[in-house]
Order: sequence, then C-alpha cells, then structure tokens
Amino acid sequence: MDSEHAVIIGASHAAAQLGASLRQGGWQGNISIVGDEAIPPYQRPPLSKAYLAGEKHSDELLIRPATFYEKSAIDLVLGTRVTAIDRQAKTVTLHDGGSIPYTRLALTTGARVRKLSLPGHDLDGVFYLRDLQDVDRIRAYVGRGKSAVIIGGGYIGLETAASMRKLGMQVTVLEAMPRILQRVTAPEVSAFYSRIHGEEGVNIVTDASVESLEGSGKVAAVRLADGTRLDADLVVIGVGVMPATELAEAAGLEVDNGIAVDEFARTSDPDIVAAGDCTSHYNPIYDRRLRLESVQNATDQAKTAANTLCGKLEAYHALPWFWSDQFDLKLQIAGLSQGFDRVVLRGASDTGRSFAAFYFGGDRLLAVDAVNRPKEFMMVRRALTTGMRADPDKLADDSSDIQQAFS
Amino acid sequence: MPVVTFISHDGQEQEVHVPAGTSVMHAAVDNGVSGILADCGGACSCATCHCFVDEAWTEKVGAADDVEAQMLDFVIDPQPNSRLSCQIIVNDELDGLVVRLPATQF
Repeated sequence: MDSEHAVIIGASHAAAQLGASLRQGGWQGNISIVGDEAIPPYQRPPLSKAYLAGEKHSDELLIRPATFYEKSAIDLVLGTRVTAIDRQAKTVTLHDGGSIPYTRLALTTGARVRKLSLPGHDLDGVFYLRDLQDVDRIRAYVGRGKSAVIIGGGYIGLETAASMRKLGMQVTVLEAMPRILQRVTAPEVSAFYSRIHGEEGVNIVTDASVESLEGSGKVAAVRLADGTRLDADLVVIGVGVMPATELAEAAGLEVDNGIAVDEFARTSDPDIVAAGDCTSHYNPIYDRRLRLESVQNATDQAKTAANTLCGKLEAYHALPWFWSDQFDLKLQIAGLSQGFDRVVLRGASDTGRSFAAFYFGGDRLLAVDAVNRPKEFMMVRRALTTGMRADPDKLADDSSDIQQAFS
Repeated sequence: MPVVTFISHDGQEQEVHVPAGTSVMHAAVDNGVSGILADCGGACSCATCHCFVDEAWTEKVGAADDVEAQMLDFVIDPQPNSRLSCQIIVNDELDGLVVRLPATQF
C-alpha cells in the first residue's frame, strides 16, 4: 500500500473532509491536497457574513488548523494550480510545469462565479464574492457612510447587504427579476426578506436592468436602463456560480451540469472520485439529478468519496440542507422546494421576524424555509430523512406542537 | 491553557489543550476528535456538534439559549445536560471540562 497516493484537487471544504475521512477510513497511502489559494481549506459561508462584517479573523475560518494536516500526514500543496490531468500516465500537471503522480484522484474543484460583461466591469471597486481574497479586497473599500450597490438579490447578495448595513453603509440591492430570491423561494418568503431589508435600511430595486458601471479608473455609479443613476463607492456582483469542470472536461470525464458522479461519488473513470459544488449526482429522495451548492453536500459527498477510495461502498443519499444568516434572521432550509405547487405558512410572514414556509408538491412535503424557527427546521430534516408524512392543516396551526403535524 | 476531556460513546478518552476563547466544537475538530461533525462550522445551524456536559460542569458551562435549546429538542437522545459544543466557549473557568459524545449526531 505504500505506493498508493490519493491526490485531491482543490483545497476546498470537500477536500478538507475528504482528506480527514480518508485517514479515518484507514487509507494507508500518501494524501496530497493541491489548491491554488495560499491558505488551507476554509469555511466560505462566513465570508459574506461575519468575516465581511469584521467579526471574524481569517484564522477562525480554517476548517482545521494547519497542524491537523501535519499530524494526519496530509500534504497541503498550496498556491499551486493544477492545469491538466493525464489519466493514462496517472499524473496531474501543475502550473509551474511540475507534476504529481496519483493512484487515486479526487476532484473537489468547487464552483466559480458567473461573470457579467457589463460596460465598466473592470473598474476598480467592482467585485465578485467567492474567495477569502475577494472579501479582503472588498474590505479595503467598505466604511461607514459609503455607498455600495449589490447586483443580484440572491442569498449572497442579501447577506452581503446585511453585513454592509452593519458596517454603516448605504446599500442598494439590484435584482433583475420581479422579486428577490425568486429562483429559490416562494413569493411569501421573498416578500418577507424585502420587508426586513427595507426595515433595516437596504434599498431593494427589483426588475432592475443594469446598463453600465460608471467611473474613471474607479467605479463611481451604476446606471440602470431606465436612466436611474446610483452612487457607488463599490459594487459587488453576486449572480450565481458555475461548477468548475474544466479539468474534468479536458480529461474526458463525463460532465452533466457538473462532473457526473454515481451514488458512490465515482466519476466515469473508476480511479477518480469527485465531491461538492463541482459535481452532479442522482438523489433518490427527489428522484432526479442534482447539482448542489452547499456545505452539506460538500461534506457528505466527500465522506462517501473517501469511503469509496478506502474500498467501502456506501451510497450517498443525504437530505440537502442550507442556511443563511442576515441581520437577526436565522434562515434554515431543509430539503429542496423546486417543483412545489403549494406553500403552507406557520406564523406570520408579513409581520414580525419568525415563521416557517412549508413547500408541498401535491400532498408530499418537499422542503421548509424556517426563519428563526429551529424546531421546524429540525423536525422537517428528520421527517424528510425518514420519510414521514406531514399534515398541512396542523402545520399551519402555530399553536399546536410541530411534532403533531407529522406521522 | 485549559484542558478539555472528550469521552466517546464507547468510553475512549481524549484530552486536548484548548486556547481560551475557542469553542468546544473547534477544540474537537482541530484535534481530530471523532464524534463531532460541526457541518455548519459553528453557526448554530446544523446541530451536528451535540455533546453531553459532565454533570459536575453543567453549572459552570451554563444553559443553552433559546435557539440552541430548540435545536437540542431534535437531536438524537437529548438529555438535560445536552449542549451544542459550538456554543460553549472555553475559558480558564472551564479548565478541566469533561464532555461526553453521543453515538451519532443524526
């Protein structure tokens, strides 16, 4: 076994889990994690939240300290970009011309931001938000009283808006669709977040069509198609991500809206596994292929991939779940709401700051968006994992015990 | 530096040195203590860092806040001394703390 070498490409959340799980699973060979950023794998969710707001230091973002990898004999090859995979020679090529041989390969390359090619997109002060470095750059532009325009009313945009309000900034969120969070939530949830952001002083503009970013050298304003001009000391663009599949595609691996993997996290090459945002997989709970952008998927699929490499085949069938913190709102999401035809509310979404929206497809509960409702989140996570059924009328009765709604 | 002892569900003890200001969850993850998953990284959002505080320490550790308490209602085998370890911050007062880990986090 001494000559075995597992090489993990992408020093991501999935990579940190995969490396640790390989050792826990008894992998005796070498392990290398190769990543283009200079620091060990870190938590991305706090980037738009506590880290942007200046409440966390970068050391606190590390998933595990550097010493953990040393003790676990996991070689971190940082500041190093993989440029190619040679599946015949079983080597990966590095940007500096070097190469690393592997016996088993794991792709945890994550996702890249979708870019907009607006006039003025290359001005100083225009940012995307994905990496630690992005936020470090953004932080040099933030400050009390300054103006920020955020393009994209999804979770990243709204979290960024909340963090910048905390910093005392004037914040506008521009959303191209008729409502924020349109792609991922019910109208009631969008209306709730619009109301709260309004109450917290964020200016939300929907149906916004951005024409250009203006300024000489540095961004000064955002111009909309209707002629509106918004002052901007900085612009953050958050319009989604795309799976980083270039290496896999170039190596001839099957790609289907993400690197295609089976329930054991295997790609179309039996010596190569993949996990996290870069993959797509079949999910038995929802009976369709999914590409998930979440810590849960990165973590759970990485464990499956590690088991596979250790020769222990255990199918991945976890329930997707997510969270988003904005202001004093803790949103916890269990399941996937896509395809819902009915929403049941528990608690009021048009007043106050605590309610849950249950998504049904026919009589089947698909998901919950729980705002400051940890009980509802936990209950649905359990119910969807174990196949319990939910009674919509009892769910809507906020005075009844949540457990009574499930059987 | 305060010392925290983790006892796994099958009785294995692991002592770790924890800088003050670190959460019990991070102390476990940073030292490779299995039994704590901490999927959300300490945001009190996932309830996968459930632990049982040794009876001798429950008073010093204190009680869970409302959000944490609601999450704890739904962990596997909740007990009066259940806590989410991401919400317990180690300080000199907690030097010697003993926590037990459940057989499973969910």
